[in-house]
Amino acid sequence: MDSILETTLGSLTLKRPTVLASGILGISLDVFNRLHDAGAGAVVTKSLSKEPWEGYPNPTIFSVKGGGWINAVGLSNPGAENFAKMIEPNNDVPIVVSLVGSIEDDFEYMIKKFENCKVAAYELNLSCPHVAKVGLEVGDDIELVSKIIKKVKSITNSPIVAKVGLGKSDYLATVDAAVSAGVDAITAINTVRAMAIDVETQMPILSNKIGGLSGTPIKPIALRCVYEIASKFDIPIMGCGGISTWEDAVEFILAGSSAVQFGSVMGDNWVETFGEINSGIQKYMERKGYATIGEMIGKAKRQ
Amino acid sequence: MEKQRDNNHPHICVIEKIVDETPTVRTLYFKDSVLANVLPGQFAMIWVPGINELPMSVMVSDVTDQAALTVRKRGESSTALYNLSVGQQIGVRGPYGNSFKIKNGKILLIGGGTGLVPLMRLIKFANPSNHITVLMGSQTKNEVFFEETAKKLLEKNSHDIVPVTEDGSYGEKGYVTDVLEKLLEKNTYDGIYTCGPEMMMYKTVQMANKKGIFVQASLERMMKCGIGICGSCCVNDDLACRDGTVFDGAHLSQKSEFGHSHRTKSGILEEI
Ligand SMILES: Cc1cc2nc3c(=O)[nH]c(=O)nc-3n(C[C@H](O)[C@H](O)[C@H](O)COP(=O)(O)OP(=O)(O)OC[C@H]3O[C@@H](n4cnc5c(N)ncnc54)[C@H](O)[C@@H]3O)c2cc1C
Ligand SMILES: Cc1cc2nc3c(=O)[nH]c(=O)nc-3n(C[C@H](O)[C@H](O)[C@H](O)COP(=O)(O)O)c2cc1C
Ligand code: FES
Repeated sequence: MDSILETTLGSLTLKRPTVLASGILGISLDVFNRLHDAGAGAVVTKSLSKEPWEGYPNPTIFSVKGGGWINAVGLSNPGAENFAKMIEPNNDVPIVVSLVGSIEDDFEYMIKKFENCKVAAYELNLSCPHVAKVGLEVGDDIELVSKIIKKVKSITNSPIVAKVGLGKSDYLATVDAAVSAGVDAITAINTVRAMAIDVETQMPILSNKIGGLSGTPIKPIALRCVYEIASKFDIPIMGCGGISTWEDAVEFILAGSSAVQFGSVMGDNWVETFGEINSGIQKYMERKGYATIGEMIGKAKRQ
Repeated sequence: MEKQRDNNHPHICVIEKIVDETPTVRTLYFKDSVLANVLPGQFAMIWVPGINELPMSVMVSDVTDQAALTVRKRGESSTALYNLSVGQQIGVRGPYGNSFKIKNGKILLIGGGTGLVPLMRLIKFANPSNHITVLMGSQTKNEVFFEETAKKLLEKNSHDIVPVTEDGSYGEKGYVTDVLEKLLEKNTYDGIYTCGPEMMMYKTVQMANKKGIFVQASLERMMKCGIGICGSCCVNDDLACRDGTVFDGAHLSQKSEFGHSHRTKSGILEEI
């Protein structure tokens, strides 16, 4: 019924362009099914590691006065093997498996665990801003990024997505390394390193002290990144960061995204967000006379 | 003028009063107009600065705009909360979750341990015309608490308060669910409400469902965000913090995880 919303990222075709971002509600197949029914074109799993991780003690997530959320969950996850077993029965939901590791062998080890699963794509988390030796610390190391992507491409035919964020080095250099190494798509961006201090107790609120900012305050930053990547590289993009309305989603598509990811918005609105954003995009397309998402992608960079 | 409060950001409160309920359970009172007025079944995330943040049901107080927490010392974090003294600070966010739908007529509350906390608030919201039976489970006599609190809250209602201890050192002997089973042989109720150990809630829901009695249970799961973002509290396709914590028995009977499994801090599904 809503084939007008179909979008493609290389060999990956999604019925709808709205994708659940990694780390949001991402640990149960039953919940994935619910979000898919609610309209998600795909879901990205919580970033998985070789072994189960407990993550940091609470407080791990809370809102920022004035807007947005800060989190340092610490990549708590059940580990690749447990997770693969859980999603083995899945046939219906396009599941993008997010992976986090320090060296290329970690990723190879984890991908092997998913041999019996239907995986729509792998998203390599090169951008988590608050855990040592993984995520952003890997993304900041251009040579390592290249090695990891080459290795991963050599062992699986599933599309590989690199998720980048704002770290110490130029994120465009990370994108460049990923594209040169043969990555199939880019997700941009992850949370932006941030913190909050409580003035009464005079303490950082996060147990990890430093975490990542998500939600509406980072939207203009994420949009700028998508626009820059789309302007410099010929690579499909999933825009992510602060999207909470169909209008935000359209902005990202016009900047060059083929699909959009979101998460924090669910703290205010609930799973209905997927349906609302889908129908908002569809109405916009009808109003503007677009027959496919593809026609809209990158429209804002024509000048 | 105070700026409008952001309920998802820790708000600092100062402990004003502490009451020992049993050798391992304590109630901490603090001023907070938001938490003082939550609905029965709602919870808050309580930050013990420098230690952890825990989900806690909000206990009633008879002082206007005063809220309370009734905490049992278990692991490191709940013990740190338990050990706070008057004058010390906690951060509170919330309220979170939905609330009990209170039926009119004859209602029965069945709780164990700190699971009694949301049930005390339920009493406060009940209609004075309700007949209320309260089954309070604990292991042994010196772990029985809230008997006096319940009596006071039920002054206007016709009521039965039935303490049940596993070792029979006080009140009825056995599990609260044994007492419920006996009551259900002769009586019926317009609503049953339960909170406490999951096996107790599971048995209660099964019994009520079988008799076609409206029943609700308030579930505990691992909580981090409290607002439906992190996913750690899922029960099949429900998020306990957002879709619950209160669920109807008819709904729960379709959830394979209820009464059987919950997730650990890393998200691994493990048997209860
Ligand atoms: C909605 C809700 C309301 C609650 N209300 C009360 C209350 O009114 N009074 C009370 O004493 N206790 C209450 N609890 C339980 C309380 O949160 C846990 O007992 C407490 O977190 C134990 O922490 P700990 O670090 O001391 O124990 P640990 O030794 O760390 O853990 C012991 C067990 O506590 C549970 N637990 C630990 N951390 C969490 C967490 N973040 N979220 C959920 N469960 C956790 C787990 O089952 C764990 O196995 C409630 C829990 C929930 C989910
Ligand atoms: C609680 C929480 C957990 C997250 N966990 C992950 C994660 O495991 N892996 C990852 O790549 N990104 C993770 N993210 C980042 C999100 O996927 C997303 O990039 C970011 O939140 C920006 O999007 P939003 O503003 O729509 O939330 C997490 C974000 C939040 C709020
Ligand atoms: S505690 Fe995070 S989703 Fe429920």
